[in-house]
Amino acid sequence: MDWTRILTNVAGEAFAPATAAYALAAIGLNVHFGMTGLLNFGQAGFVLLGAYSYAITAIAGWPFWASVLAAIASAVVFGIVLGIPTLKLRGDYLSIVTIAAAEIVRIVSRSTSLTELTGGNSGLSGGDGFKKSFEALCPFPDGTTTVWLWTYPNCTSGSWWLRVAAWAAVAIGCLLVWRWMRSPWGRVLKGVREDEDAVRALGKNVYGYKMQALVLGGVGGAIAGIFYTLPTAVQADSMGRTMTFNIWTILLLGGAATVFGPVLGSVLMWTVFMLVKSVLRDLDLSFISSTQSEAFSWMLVGLTLMLLVIFRPQGILGDKKELAIDVR
Amino acid sequence: MSAETPDTPGAEARAVVPRERIARELASVPRVPGAPKPDPIIVASDVRRTFGGINAVDVEHLEVQRGAITALIGPNGAGKTTLFNLLTGFDRADAGQWTFEGRPAQGKPAARMAGAGMVRTFQLTKALSRMTVMDNMRLGATGQRGENLFGSLLPWLWRAQEAEVTERARELLERFKLDGKADDFAGSLSGGQRKLLEMARALMTRPTMVMLDEPMAGVNPALTQSLLGHIQALRDEGMTVLFVEHDMHMVRHISDWVVVMAEGRTVAEGPPETIMQDQAVVDAYLGAHHDTDLGDDSLLADDVVEQYEAEAEAEEATQ
Amino acid sequence: MLALVALLALVVHAGPASAATAAPCTPDATTGCVLGTIKTAAGEPAVGVVLTVEGGGESVEVTTGADGTWSVPVTTAGDYTVSIDPATLPEGETLRDPSVTSRTVKVLLNSQSRALFALGEPTGGATTSPTSGASAAPDDGPGPTSGSSTSGGGVTGKRVAQQLANGLVFGLLLALASVGLSLIYGTTGLSSFAHGEQVTLGAILAYFFVQTVGLDLWLAAVLATLLGAASGWLQDAGIWRPLRRKRIGLTQQMIVTIGLSMVLQYLFQFLLGGGRLRIDTTNPTRVSIGPVSLTQQAIVSAGIAVVVLAAVAAFLLYSRTGRATRAVSDNPALAAASGIGVERVIRIVWTGAAGLAALGGVLTGLYFQSTAWNMGGTVLLLMFAAVTLGGLGTAWGALAGSIVIGVVAEMSSLVIPSDMKYAGALLILILVLLVRPQGILGRRDRIG
Repeated sequence: MDWTRILTNVAGEAFAPATAAYALAAIGLNVHFGMTGLLNFGQAGFVLLGAYSYAITAIAGWPFWASVLAAIASAVVFGIVLGIPTLKLRGDYLSIVTIAAAEIVRIVSRSTSLTELTGGNSGLSGGDGFKKSFEALCPFPDGTTTVWLWTYPNCTSGSWWLRVAAWAAVAIGCLLVWRWMRSPWGRVLKGVREDEDAVRALGKNVYGYKMQALVLGGVGGAIAGIFYTLPTAVQADSMGRTMTFNIWTILLLGGAATVFGPVLGSVLMWTVFMLVKSVLRDLDLSFISSTQSEAFSWMLVGLTLMLLVIFRPQGILGDKKELAIDVR
Repeated sequence: MSAETPDTPGAEARAVVPRERIARELASVPRVPGAPKPDPIIVASDVRRTFGGINAVDVEHLEVQRGAITALIGPNGAGKTTLFNLLTGFDRADAGQWTFEGRPAQGKPAARMAGAGMVRTFQLTKALSRMTVMDNMRLGATGQRGENLFGSLLPWLWRAQEAEVTERARELLERFKLDGKADDFAGSLSGGQRKLLEMARALMTRPTMVMLDEPMAGVNPALTQSLLGHIQALRDEGMTVLFVEHDMHMVRHISDWVVVMAEGRTVAEGPPETIMQDQAVVDAYLGAHHDTDLGDDSLLADDVVEQYEAEAEAEEATQ
Repeated sequence: MLALVALLALVVHAGPASAATAAPCTPDATTGCVLGTIKTAAGEPAVGVVLTVEGGGESVEVTTGADGTWSVPVTTAGDYTVSIDPATLPEGETLRDPSVTSRTVKVLLNSQSRALFALGEPTGGATTSPTSGASAAPDDGPGPTSGSSTSGGGVTGKRVAQQLANGLVFGLLLALASVGLSLIYGTTGLSSFAHGEQVTLGAILAYFFVQTVGLDLWLAAVLATLLGAASGWLQDAGIWRPLRRKRIGLTQQMIVTIGLSMVLQYLFQFLLGGGRLRIDTTNPTRVSIGPVSLTQQAIVSAGIAVVVLAAVAAFLLYSRTGRATRAVSDNPALAAASGIGVERVIRIVWTGAAGLAALGGVLTGLYFQSTAWNMGGTVLLLMFAAVTLGGLGTAWGALAGSIVIGVVAEMSSLVIPSDMKYAGALLILILVLLVRPQGILGRRDRIG
């Protein structure tokens, strides 16, 4: 077994763009669930919409920031559309509607009838040109750079530039959440999470606050979508329910309602995931094929989620006194 | 409005309405259900709410005197809490209209009613148990600039206001003897302390009218006296108080006016000293169950049980 | 680079195979291509064959184009497994070697790697060769295996009738699973995301009994249902009852079901691979009733569903335990106070619900003409939609909701592309919630 290669891969995973993207999506979900108690099971829908909105506008020749705004706008619209029918109802309605809506956008965006726009079920790849506007902003010279163990291109696909940008976005996300959690606005959300009737009785527009949180967390997901797809391709099926459940696992692993929980969760989950998969693959067990080792790793993710929720719902960083999952 | 600064100490400098004067004002009010009041803050007519065909509330007319403590009593399932939920916007009436301070208030959502100055507490206390006592209090303050999504990111906009709110919260906590607990989680308080906290938090909104849903339920006797004192203090500071209560002792002790409900209707009204002699009250409420356990369902007629269930359901729905 | 692509979430869905082909892959510095051409025994291009390319953490489904070619771009060098779905081969075609449905190819960046599958008379002997002509018409039956063939074409009375019939059948099968989901919700308050896997379990057990053990389909269906029910009993005894005793909250339990769903789903994949599994490999016989043409299996399945649902209804209405179940649904505290063994009722509900789901799975697997490790995931949302639509926690509502969802899904393919039909059904759910949050048959006070 080639431990150097495995460990290099595993450590490289810790700061991969997709890890950052998952951290961002989990930060968004933290605004929903950790701060406000909203049960959003359609975070992948926000990610998907952000990714497609960004890619489609980028292919159309929009500048980078305009495409980012398009991604944000799509999340805002999606959040409002989801919030209107559900935020006045009991929490489980939101969970069912969000998961259904995420599925709707996935099915629609992979549909062959939209192939011209979305690339149908094969999606949009770098060849379609959605990476150009981002890569044009790259401040580094062309070529590849090796930092210690890791060699990546400077500007193209899974580049150092993408890593810098993605983790900068994560840092901004953490900063915002930190600020919000310690503000009177965050206090109202926390109140809503605990007991929305009590907050309503104090004259706060609970519906409005929940809507703001839903939209805001969704924007986090949409930005995640940009960084999730820039290293590879935009593929509707890679942003389905499994992604949502991964984001939940990440959030609960790191600790909901904490600032750094989503980041820690994402780094931990993907490095361990990579480790398990690489080791299984390298062991070359006769009874486990490479697809099976993949499936096995996902089973571990599912099991982690189950055990976490039962035995340590506050995650690694969370404080049990401050958050219980059951908030209704 | 006398509600400008009702909770600051030194309220005696302002127009304090003594209990005697309210009694005088109410002396001329006829002792019949739906009697008009000289200075009503709430005027409600034909309010109806049905659950599965049963009228949980069917009130023909009700006026609540400004500045007085009005008690709403009645047997289990009389529709008191439902009426409460309707007036405070936590439930929607099937029919009827009412005004609060002269403005139409039916159909307004709970947050708007609270914003208009009508704040309520809950029978099952809703202290936000995973927030500190102080954060509970701060949450009550209205018009906070930092409660805006974008404003919250600019702390220099709301720091001063936050300090002000904290100061006011501290004063109220002192008055309710909770200042030692300010930094504890509200979940660590005793049942009675939670009731106090909920009341103090309500006062943070600077209300004109305070609606208390069974303020004495589940409070140990030691705290009861202090709670009663606090309720009277609200009135003495010029606030109007409407409260739901079971315990006739409390009612007699502190209320200026009593409204009796049974089977969704108001059956009698009058000052606490004489209301017990009202034949309708004796029939509807005390007659059947005097000196018996009102919790015993077997003593209630079938339709009352149904009504009680309907009300319990309504309560569940709003929780 | 490996790290990057390895992160891609595994593709979750075996949605309808679409007719479109990906743009031909061109290799470059960061892209390698897996590709191939499939030709029929007569040397004509084989159109619409579905292949799955797995490896590097990705799984991509691809369909051959008009010229029989297919290609998949990958961004990581390494070994990829290409599997062909024999069910999607053109009528009358078989693999020359039916035992090899997947090949492993080594892919390098900036180059092409070919994976070839030859069609023709099986060399390996006694595989049933489909009798051409028995079902020569393109199968426009429902289900993912033929999703692409129904789109296009005007809305004719015949198609309306056909889709309505398909929808009713699908709705009935869906109802089998949703009624159980709804009863679980009613008695315990739990929305079980793992219920989809109970459906898959039934289907793959049936596949196992028929294809591996070689049992008769009827016997296999009964065994699958019984084992499914046993799994429900086991689940309640092993997980949910302990959690209830631990007083783990409902939201927490719900997230546990999500974890369980992942574990089971990938366990199925681990054991059976990612390909399609055909429970019954014979060609379906079609029966025409007026303008409507259904497979015999679909009719029999619908019949079984009606009988079983009627039995469930009778059980709930007339048996002691059934009445107790409804009482617990209505008000667990009151039911417990009046001497009903709530835990016993819940155990029965879990067992029954899982059994119903397994039966639903067997029948749905037959109706879709294939099953897969993630079939339950596809139907789970439709079940949720049905249950919510009907009113959370009412068994009758789940039945009505399922039929509505089934009909809407199938009918919607008259006006929208058929690969979006499930989206149409889910959209109905959201629209209904806007106007009637309590669902079709729900009580208003449940929505809070």
